[in-house]
Amino acid sequence: MTPALALEDITCTFVSREDRTKSYTALRETTLVVAPGEFVSVVGPTGCGKSTLLNVAAGLLQPSAGSVRVHGEPLLGINSRAGYLFQQEALMPWRNALANVAAGLEFREVAGDEARRRADEWLRRVGLGGFGDRYPHQLSGGMRKRVSLAQTLILDPELLLMDEPFSALDIQTRQLMENELLELWSANRKSVVFITHDLEEAIALSDRVVLLSAGPETHPIGEYSIDLPRPRDVAEIRLTPRFVELHSRIWGAMKAEVLKGYAQQLR
Amino acid sequence: MRSSSGKLALRFWQAALLALLLLAWHVLVVPGVLPSFYFDDPNKAAFFFGEPLKVGARIWDWFAGGDIYRHLWVTLLETLLAFAIGTVLGVAVGIWLALAPAASALLDPYIKAANAMPRVILAPIFFVWFGLGIASKVALGVTLVFFIVFFNVYQGVREVSPVVLANARMLGASRRKLLRHVYLPSATSWVFASLHNSVGLAFVGAVVGEYLGSSEGVGYLILQAEGVFDINTVVAGVVVLTAFALVLDGAVSVIERRLMVWQPRSGETERI
Repeated sequence: MTPALALEDITCTFVSREDRTKSYTALRETTLVVAPGEFVSVVGPTGCGKSTLLNVAAGLLQPSAGSVRVHGEPLLGINSRAGYLFQQEALMPWRNALANVAAGLEFREVAGDEARRRADEWLRRVGLGGFGDRYPHQLSGGMRKRVSLAQTLILDPELLLMDEPFSALDIQTRQLMENELLELWSANRKSVVFITHDLEEAIALSDRVVLLSAGPETHPIGEYSIDLPRPRDVAEIRLTPRFVELHSRIWGAMKAEVLKGYAQQLR
Repeated sequence: MRSSSGKLALRFWQAALLALLLLAWHVLVVPGVLPSFYFDDPNKAAFFFGEPLKVGARIWDWFAGGDIYRHLWVTLLETLLAFAIGTVLGVAVGIWLALAPAASALLDPYIKAANAMPRVILAPIFFVWFGLGIASKVALGVTLVFFIVFFNVYQGVREVSPVVLANARMLGASRRKLLRHVYLPSATSWVFASLHNSVGLAFVGAVVGEYLGSSEGVGYLILQAEGVFDINTVVAGVVVLTAFALVLDGAVSVIERRLMVWQPRSGETERI
């Protein structure tokens, strides 16, 4: 089967703008293949280039070397089959929630009435019916994330790229959002690449966890298949013996990288 | 102080201060109220500083007699045209240069020079080019307004959140749609920050232009009065212009509040 996303031997080297001789290699020969309908989490220590990898998959960043294939076709420019959920605030502050959700449809020339109707439907699906006229600054962090989720999913992307989307939320809101994400995902299985530094979140959500080394020159150092049964409840599944077993196995490999990454930050 | 009664009290004291200043002005200048302590002739104070009652009477005559409206209209028209043209040009050039780094780098020293130049001095050139009518005043106002709006828009476009931009691109926005739906709205908040300054400067351009050479407008009235040493009429003109500038500034505030509903105001609590 053609993979939904194939990143092959990706290398990303950034050259310092002030001093052309200084460069920083964020990723080195990284390969990541995602099957259709698969939920893959990428974990690694802070600052290891996880977001860089995702930006390459989104087409927002051109790799220095390596190839990106989307459903077998080489990626040119923005990946129009992908939806991207950012870590930071990405809503347009001058649009209210409804207009933000409808934005993608509007950019694709869907008629105004139709776009508004579908946006309204999606707002209700993420539990924000009746909040359509609120501007982002009038919503809480969790609500803004829901709007972002609806904004991305309304376009029905074949591939969902998520960059620590829930890291800024408090733990209860976060678990609620994770469960909702799983529910939305299982209704209509998309391929997902989920970036996080939280190993528990990665295991609870995914089919497969890919472990990245500490930066610079990040590359994958391990892959773990997560055979926990679905449907899952992210809060409860953390207490099952199989989860604990998987967690201790992956954490054993990840710990050394986290310490390495930490030491580099101090330098 | 924030309660409505506190606000009312504040208004009262503001009005009281105005009344006090007017009274002081009155007793210091009107001949015979106080013995003259600085000038040798008791009429000189009134000659140099005007008299509040005569200034008031002059303003009353203008508005009751209807002489002023033609002049006010001319000044207003010049101001609004300078404001509109300067703002549109500033927004257009600001967005263009912010999105075209090569052109921006090339033009940078020229823009800095043009901004540093005391542009009021361009007035004589504009008189030669456009004559003594409205056009030369508008041109002067435009040069004043343009740079303020331009610099703000330039800054605003360059500081668009890269995440919001990337998100819009991922949602499928083309370059033109980015301009319309991301760059422009993002620059609007910066434009409004500059509009309060620029509406005042459009006014300055119009009045200074009239003062330097014209046959109508409030600046022309002031120039005429000055020619015959009628200080009361000069002060009356200044008062009318000030009131007018306040009205224009208020209009900008009203429009700003209408258009910028999406911006959080400090200390605003959520109304459920």
